[in-house]
Amino acid sequence: MSTYLYIALIPLLPLVSFLLLGLFGRKYFRSSAGALGTMALAASTIISFAAAYQYFFIDGKADGIYQKIVPFSVSWLPFSESLSIDMGVLLDPISIMMLVVVSFVSLMVHIFSLGYMKGEERFSTYYSFLSLFTFSMLGLVLSSNIFQIYMFWELVGVSSFLLIGFYFDKPTAVAAAKKAFIVTRFADFGFLVGILILSYYSNTLDFPTLIEKLSDPGSEASLAISSAGFLGISAFTWALALVFMGGAGKSAMFPLHIWLPDAMEGPTPVSALIHAATMVVAGVYLVARLFPVFSTNDTALTLISYTGVISALIAAIIACTQTDIKRVLAYSTMSQIGYMMFALGLNPESGDNNLGYMASMFHLFTHAFFKSLLFLGAGAIIHFVHSNDMRDMGGLRKWMPLTHATFLIACLAIAGIPPFAGFFSKEEILLAAYDSNMIIYFIALITGALTAFYMFRLYFSIFWNKDSTHTADHGEGPLSMKVPLVILAIFTLVAGLLPFSEYITANGAPIETHINLGFSIAPVLLAITGTILAGWLYKTPGDKPAKLAAALGGLYRAAYHKFYIDEIYLFITKKVLFNLVGKPAAWFDRNIVDGTMNGMAAVTAKISWLTKGIQNGRVQSYALWFFGGVAALSVLFIYLWK
Amino acid sequence: MNLTLLILIPLLTAVAILFSKELKQVRAIALGGALIQLLLAFVFLYLYLQARAGGNNSPMLFEDNYAWFTALHINYHVGVDGISLAMILLTALVVVAGVLVSWTMENMNKEFFFLLLLLSLGAYGFFISLDLFTMFFFLELSVIPKFLLIGIWGSGKKEYSGMKLALMLMGGSALVFIGLAGLYFNTAVAGGSYTFDLMEIAALDIPVDVQKIFFPFAFLGFGIFTAIFPFHTWVPDGHASAPTAASMFLAGISMKLGGYGCLRVATFLMPEGAEAWSWVIILLSTIAIIYGAFATMMQTDLKYINAYSSVSHCGFVLLGIGMLTQTSITGAVLQMVSHGLMTALFFAAIGMIYSRTHTRQVAQLGGLLKVMPFISSVFVIAGLCSLGLPGFSGFVAEMTVFMGSWQNPDPWYRLATILACASIVVTAVYILRATGKTIMGPINDNHKMIGDAGWNEKLAALLLISGIVVIGVVPFWLNDLIQPGTTLIMTKFFK
Repeated sequence: MSTYLYIALIPLLPLVSFLLLGLFGRKYFRSSAGALGTMALAASTIISFAAAYQYFFIDGKADGIYQKIVPFSVSWLPFSESLSIDMGVLLDPISIMMLVVVSFVSLMVHIFSLGYMKGEERFSTYYSFLSLFTFSMLGLVLSSNIFQIYMFWELVGVSSFLLIGFYFDKPTAVAAAKKAFIVTRFADFGFLVGILILSYYSNTLDFPTLIEKLSDPGSEASLAISSAGFLGISAFTWALALVFMGGAGKSAMFPLHIWLPDAMEGPTPVSALIHAATMVVAGVYLVARLFPVFSTNDTALTLISYTGVISALIAAIIACTQTDIKRVLAYSTMSQIGYMMFALGLNPESGDNNLGYMASMFHLFTHAFFKSLLFLGAGAIIHFVHSNDMRDMGGLRKWMPLTHATFLIACLAIAGIPPFAGFFSKEEILLAAYDSNMIIYFIALITGALTAFYMFRLYFSIFWNKDSTHTADHGEGPLSMKVPLVILAIFTLVAGLLPFSEYITANGAPIETHINLGFSIAPVLLAITGTILAGWLYKTPGDKPAKLAAALGGLYRAAYHKFYIDEIYLFITKKVLFNLVGKPAAWFDRNIVDGTMNGMAAVTAKISWLTKGIQNGRVQSYALWFFGGVAALSVLFIYLWK
Repeated sequence: MNLTLLILIPLLTAVAILFSKELKQVRAIALGGALIQLLLAFVFLYLYLQARAGGNNSPMLFEDNYAWFTALHINYHVGVDGISLAMILLTALVVVAGVLVSWTMENMNKEFFFLLLLLSLGAYGFFISLDLFTMFFFLELSVIPKFLLIGIWGSGKKEYSGMKLALMLMGGSALVFIGLAGLYFNTAVAGGSYTFDLMEIAALDIPVDVQKIFFPFAFLGFGIFTAIFPFHTWVPDGHASAPTAASMFLAGISMKLGGYGCLRVATFLMPEGAEAWSWVIILLSTIAIIYGAFATMMQTDLKYINAYSSVSHCGFVLLGIGMLTQTSITGAVLQMVSHGLMTALFFAAIGMIYSRTHTRQVAQLGGLLKVMPFISSVFVIAGLCSLGLPGFSGFVAEMTVFMGSWQNPDPWYRLATILACASIVVTAVYILRATGKTIMGPINDNHKMIGDAGWNEKLAALLLISGIVVIGVVPFWLNDLIQPGTTLIMTKFFK
C-alpha cells in the first residue's frame, strides 16, 4: 500500500508552484512563471499517468475487483474521539481517472496559456492562481474524508473566484466572480448541513467507513438515520438531498446554474479548465463518490436524475439562442453535465453494478477532452477575432485551418456522431436510461438532437457563413496554442474506444457492454438531423434564422432571456433579501437597539440634570438644607415624643 | 518561570515610555517591550508543552498564590492552562502588530503608546488570574485606556463613541461584579470559608438556585464585552471612531476578555446555571450571528463592515459556549483566537487604506489592487479568513463550532446550528461586496499615485497572517493545546 505514497506529490507540486509564484512571482518569475508552472504540472501529469498504470494494470485489483485503497491518512483536526478531519488519499477507479483527467487537461491549459496570456501584466499571478486551482482540484479528487473534500471544495471555489475575476478592473468580471462564489457558497451551505447530519448518525467522516455504514440498509447507522425525520422526510433523504445540493451548485445544475454562463468573463483557457472539464464536474464526482450511499435511497436518486435531465434540456434550449460563443459552450457544458448527473440517478434493477454509474463516468471522461478542446479552440478564435460574438465571425476556416479541423472534431464528438468519443459515452447513458426510465430517455434523445443543432449552429457561424473581412495581423496563434489543440483532438478521437467498462464501474468489477446497432439508429439519426438543420440555417448568410426565431415567438424570446431565471434571482436577492431583511436589520440596529441605549443614556443624563441642583457647591444652600432638615426633624421628633 | 513577568514587562515598558523623549525613542521601547512579551509568551508555551509532555497533569501550571487582601480573602493567584496560553499568544501577537501599525503616530505619542501597553497589561493580567477579584481588577484596568484612546486619538464622533463604549463596558463590569459577589457570598455555604479563588470555587458545589440567579449576571456582563445581542452597539461606533491600533486591540484582545470570562467564570463555576440558561445564550447568539451578518451587508464604511461582522463572528464564540459540548467549547476558544487575529488584520488593512486614501467609504474606493498590491492582498486574505476559507484559521474555528453544536441533539439547537451555518453565505456576500468594490473594479482617479505598505505595516500584517495560516494549515497543535482546558470545564458537566 505504501507504494502509493508518491501520489501525494501530484497535488503538492502545483502547491509548491503556487507558493513560489504567489509569493515571489512578481519579483523573480515575471517571465519564467509560465515555464515553472507548466513544468511542475508536467511532472504531476507524468506521476498521475504512472499511478493510473500501477493501479489499473499492476496492483489495484484483488479477486478481479478494483479495490478502494487508502495509502495514508493523518488526523488533521480532531473534533471528538471518532470524528475528525483527516488528510488522506483515497484511490479507487474514479479518483485515479479524475487524477489523469485533471492533471492532463490542466497541463494542456497551462501550455495553451503560454501563448494566450503572453504579455499579460500579471502573468505570474495568473499562473499562481492556475496552480492553486490545480492543487485544490487534485486534492478534491483524492480526498478520503468527507470534510476533506469539503475543504478542497471551498478552495476550488475560491480559485475559481480569483480566476474569473482575473481582469479585476472590469466590473462585469468582478460581478461574475462574486456571483459564482456566492451561488456555489449557498449550495455549499446545504453540503455542510448534509455532512453534519451524515456524520452525526454514522459517527465518522471517513469515506470508506461512512459508505460502509450507510450503504447497508440493515446497519445500525442506516436504521437510525432513516427513522429520524423532519417535516415528514427522513433524515437520510434530507442529508443526501443537501449533499446533492452542494454538488448541484458546483456542477451548475438547474436552478443553481446561473453563475456558469457569467463565469465566462474569465480568461478563456480558465474556462476550458475550470468551467468545462474539471471543477464543474466536481458535483458529479461527489455523487459518484457517495454512490453506494445514494443508491440505497430512491428519493434522492429520483431527485438527482430529474435535476440532471431538466438541466440538460433547459441548457440545450438556451444554447440554441445565444450568440456569445463562450456562453453557448457554457450552456452546452451544463447540458452535458446534466447527462452525467441523470445517469447517476437512474435506478437500475440490476443490483449494485450499475450501468448508469459507468456511463456517467465515461461521459465525464470523454467530455473533459472534447469540451476543453472546444474552449481552447474558442480561445484561439477570440484571440484572432478579438470578439466573443459569433455575429462578428464567419468564414474563419480559411484563416484558421488547424483550429477549424480540431473544432469540427470536437463538435462531432459532442453531437454524438460515431466514431468520435462522445458517441460511445452518450450511447451508454441512453442505454441506461432506456433500461430504467422512458421519460428520461426521451428527453435525453431530444436534448441530443438539440445538442447537434446548437453545436453546428456555432460551427457554421464561426467557420462558414459570411466571408470574413479579416486582415490577418497575426496568424492562427503560436505553437504553444496549437499543440494542445492537436493533442486534445487526438484524445477526442480515441477516448471513446477505450474499454472503459472493464476498469471503472460502481463496484470495481468489470461489466459487459456492447454497442447495439439497432439501438444507436435513433440518436445518431437525430444528431444528423440537427446537424443538417444547423447547416441549412447557418452555412450561408441569410434571414432564415431570424424568420425561424420570429416564428417561434415567445419560446424563442424566453430562451434568449435564459427563461428569466437571472431576473427571478435578482428579485429575490436585491428586492427581498436586501430591502426586506438587510435594510430593516441595519435600521433596527441603528434606531431601535442603539436608540434604546441612547435613550437610557439620555434619561440618566436628564435625571442627573434635574438632581444636580442639589449639589451646587454653595455652602449657604447646603447650610440652608442642613438647618431646614434639622428643623423638620425636630418638628417630627417633638410631635412623636408627645 | 514566573507568570508575573507577563504583567511586569508591559508595566516596565509603559513606565519607561513615560520617561522617554521623542517618537523614535518611544516606539523603539514599545516595540522592544512588545517583542520581549511575544518571546516570553512563546517561552511559556514551550515550558507548558514540556511540562505536559513530562506528565504534569495538574489543571493549571506556573501557579503563584499570594495573599493580597486577607480580610476579603482576595489573593493574587495566577496560573495558566492551554486556553489562557492561547489567549496570551493572541494578545502578544496583536500587541506587536498594533505597535508596528502605529509606528508613525505623531500626536501625543508618549501617552498613546503608554495607554496601549496599559491596555495589554490589563489583558495579560486578566488571562493569567485565577482569583475572581484579581481578574475583575484587570478587567477594569483595560476599560479606561480604551476610553482615552478613542476620545483623544479617535476620529468622527469620538467623544460620543468613547463614552458609549466606556459606559456600556462599565455596565457590563457592574453585572460581572454582581455575579462574582453572588459567587463569593455563597462559597461558605458548603462549609468552608469565603473565597474568591477560581479553582477553589470550582471544587465546590454552589447551590443550583444560586447558580441560576447569578449565572445570567456574570454571563451577560462578560457577554457585553464580547458584543452579545442586544448590547453590541458599542462595537460599531467604538471601532469606527478608534485609531487603528486601538481598533485592533479592541476587537483582537478586549472582546476576547468577555468570551474568556463567559467560559472561565460563568460557565465553569456555574455549570447548572449554564445548563438552565443555555437556551437564552443560543437564542441571543444565533440572533447576533444572522442579524449581525445582515446588518453588515448594508454598511458602507469599511470599519463598520468589520465591526458588524465582529458582532456576527463573536456570536460563534457565544454559540459554542452555549451549546455546552466539549467540541463546541473548543470551537469557541478557537474562534476567539482566530477572530482576534483576523479582525486585527482586517483593521490594520483598513487603517492602511484609510491613511492613504483618507476615506473608508466603500463607494469612494476601487481598484486598489492596482496601486497597492500588498495592502490589497492583506485585505483579501483577511476577508477570505473571515468568510471561512480552508487554509485560514476561520474555517477551523467555525467548523469546530458547527460540528460541536450539532452534537447537541436538541432539535431547536439544531435549528440554531443550521441558521449559524447559513451565515457563511451572508458572510460571503458582504466580504465579496467589500472586496469587489474596494480592491477590484475601476480605480478612483485620485488614488492613482498612492503607494504601498511600508516595512512596519508589512511586518505587522505578515505577523498576523502567519498566525492565521499556522492555525489554518496545522490546527491540531492548537487543538491539543486547549484540549485539557476544555476537558477540565467539561468535568463540571458530567459529574
